[in-house]
Amino acid sequence: MSMTSIKPLLKGKRHRLDRPELLAPAGNLEKLKFAVHYGADAVYIGGQKYGLRSGADNFSFEEMREGVEFAARYGAKVFVATNIYAHNEDIEGLEDYLRGLEAAGIAAIIAADPAIVETAQRVAPGLEVHLSTQQSVLNWRTVKFWKDEGLPRVVLARETSLEEIAEMKAHVDIEIEAFIHGAMCSSFSGRCVLSNHFTDRDSNRGGCCQSCRWKYDLYVDGDSVNTEQDSQFTMGSKDLCMISHLPELIEVGVDSFKIEGRMKSLHYVATVVNAYRQAIDAYFADPEGYELKPEWVDEINKSANRPLNTGFFFDTPGTEDHIYEPEQKAAPYDFAGVVLSYDEATGEAVIQQRNHFKPGTEVEFFGPGGTFFKQTVEEIRDLEGQLLDAARHPLQQVRIRTAQPVHPMDMMRKRIR
Amino acid sequence: MNTKPELLTTAASLGELRKLMEAGADAFIIGESKYGARLPGEFGLQEMAEAVEAAHGFVRPVRIYAAVNNLMDNAAADSLPEYLGSLAQIGVDAIVFGDPSVLVTAREAAPGVALHWNAEMTSTSYAQADYWGRRGASRIVLARELNMEQIIEIKQRTSLEVQVQVHGMTNIYHSKRSLVDSYMGHLGKEPSELDSRLGQGLYLMEEERRDERYPIYQDAHGTYMMSSDDVCMIENLHELMEAGIDSLRVEGLMKTTAYNETVIRAYRAAIDAYAADPAGYEFKEEWLDAIRALQDPSRELSYGFFFKEQVY
Ligand code: SF4
Repeated sequence: MSMTSIKPLLKGKRHRLDRPELLAPAGNLEKLKFAVHYGADAVYIGGQKYGLRSGADNFSFEEMREGVEFAARYGAKVFVATNIYAHNEDIEGLEDYLRGLEAAGIAAIIAADPAIVETAQRVAPGLEVHLSTQQSVLNWRTVKFWKDEGLPRVVLARETSLEEIAEMKAHVDIEIEAFIHGAMCSSFSGRCVLSNHFTDRDSNRGGCCQSCRWKYDLYVDGDSVNTEQDSQFTMGSKDLCMISHLPELIEVGVDSFKIEGRMKSLHYVATVVNAYRQAIDAYFADPEGYELKPEWVDEINKSANRPLNTGFFFDTPGTEDHIYEPEQKAAPYDFAGVVLSYDEATGEAVIQQRNHFKPGTEVEFFGPGGTFFKQTVEEIRDLEGQLLDAARHPLQQVRIRTAQPVHPMDMMRKRIR
Repeated sequence: MNTKPELLTTAASLGELRKLMEAGADAFIIGESKYGARLPGEFGLQEMAEAVEAAHGFVRPVRIYAAVNNLMDNAAADSLPEYLGSLAQIGVDAIVFGDPSVLVTAREAAPGVALHWNAEMTSTSYAQADYWGRRGASRIVLARELNMEQIIEIKQRTSLEVQVQVHGMTNIYHSKRSLVDSYMGHLGKEPSELDSRLGQGLYLMEEERRDERYPIYQDAHGTYMMSSDDVCMIENLHELMEAGIDSLRVEGLMKTTAYNETVIRAYRAAIDAYAADPAGYEFKEEWLDAIRALQDPSRELSYGFFFKEQVY
């Protein structure tokens, strides 16, 4: 679909933030800080309760306050996902929890359950309520319903196309948030209880065990459709990546670009945010002359652990959009360390180890704005100056000479395949 | 309590609907697949009108609920005002919805028609029931993943009518994608080589669960995967009746009319026996035996999630 087919639908009305927000996931306080430092305008996190990522190391109120303070220094906001469908027993304690979020300086909650939406509006009016993608909002009348309920923003279902977004923007003056990057449920969000059936774990309260990525045999009346040699049936989807289509998203009026992945690594979050930040800034610096830079795509590929596609924005996904072959688990690059400090006099950096590296390891350094340079690790010393044969211990601090100056919070990655 | 719960079921055709009325069904949920999710058969407006006529004219009044519970895209939502208006004119007894666009449209296009909130997996608490109640719904259809304790508590705490499924298969996964076609493409075959519509005998087997068959089918709205077992609560029906659950649903999808008739008769007998004498009520094995006699041996009868504790 070309943009010319979309534009007439807007009928001259164009509701949007001046510039879309880049919204990043943060599974813990450190990831929050890096996401913000690398260019996120807002981050979303999980608290101890009511979130769908029961496995992520979720934030205490104390950590939230620290995160909010850190983000504020960059002019960034912190949202909290309260996106479960609550059961009776979850309702008790909800009010206090929401008041706690408000007191911690959280800007918005992302909620799916109308009971949570309404309770927040009543007891914590300082919190904005954003409607979660778990509500599977697919049409403008439903968008309007939520606007009339007082919500300033909806996160669309991942099944919405660009054309449908344009129609929503034409009919309803509301902020639209859309996922632009990351893993996807292949089902309508919230409409999958495979995990409940297979493992007695409740998907809609965070218990999903990714059963859609398991392998199945397809039968028709007792006969197998696939042979032994064929790869098996699966519902597993490729991951979403819209880095090559930002102008379309911006022009259609998406207000917030959301990256999935509260369970993803620090390296992943920093790399993906970094690429989108650069692309968005380049677009707004010169919309007419904007061109996709291959290095943004390269950067994203360095963090990707699944093949990528464009979801439903242009068309309903088909054969090419599912992963039938065994999944290649690891991304081609791995996080190796974080720069803590740099001494200009000696040209040495103190690196906090995040993965094994040793003299001879090929590494590259990057920070906000992109990859700076590649080099081979030479001597590694501990802080006392003792030569080490490798940096083996997680969080161990070591000194190495860097080919160019680096800054605190720059990152070092190594090639693994 | 002596009010009888409603025995609600589905129907694939007018013929089946008539037979199931005879067998004892009090209400039906029917509709067309453009608006309703996972229907055993198509009831266009014409058939809908005939169904309403047959139901309202039956010896005991039978109710017809229109299934308008799909997730709507812009195109479907655009045609709602006309469709809901027609349903109101026909005189359906309720509109079943799972997308707020239906609620707001119904306020104008079908004022006065009862609204049942049915969001399938996501209707999980009394607080949610009350929310939709304040916006006009008179009934909440509970998620099938709730257990007995949770169901009873919801009934105690909400003023809305409460509906639960007591028999048949349940949907466990719905994708907008055409996953069978996609897989055929992956195998290098044309989608047309495999009929993946409802009732064509397709099922999935998960690697580690070789004795479970999960039916799968496609329609214009994507792909559905269904449970490998059939819920059957006839032995424990009194617990739900005692709790005052308002509507008990038998799902007739992918079942023969003969099977559905047998099931409806069994539940009818149990409900009537309980209503006649709650204190002296006893479950009769013969009700279950009749169902067992027609049960597909590859599909176990189970208690669904009624007696399960789930973690997350
Ligand atoms: S099993 Fe797959 S589709 Fe289902 S909730 Fe989990 S990730 Fe989503």
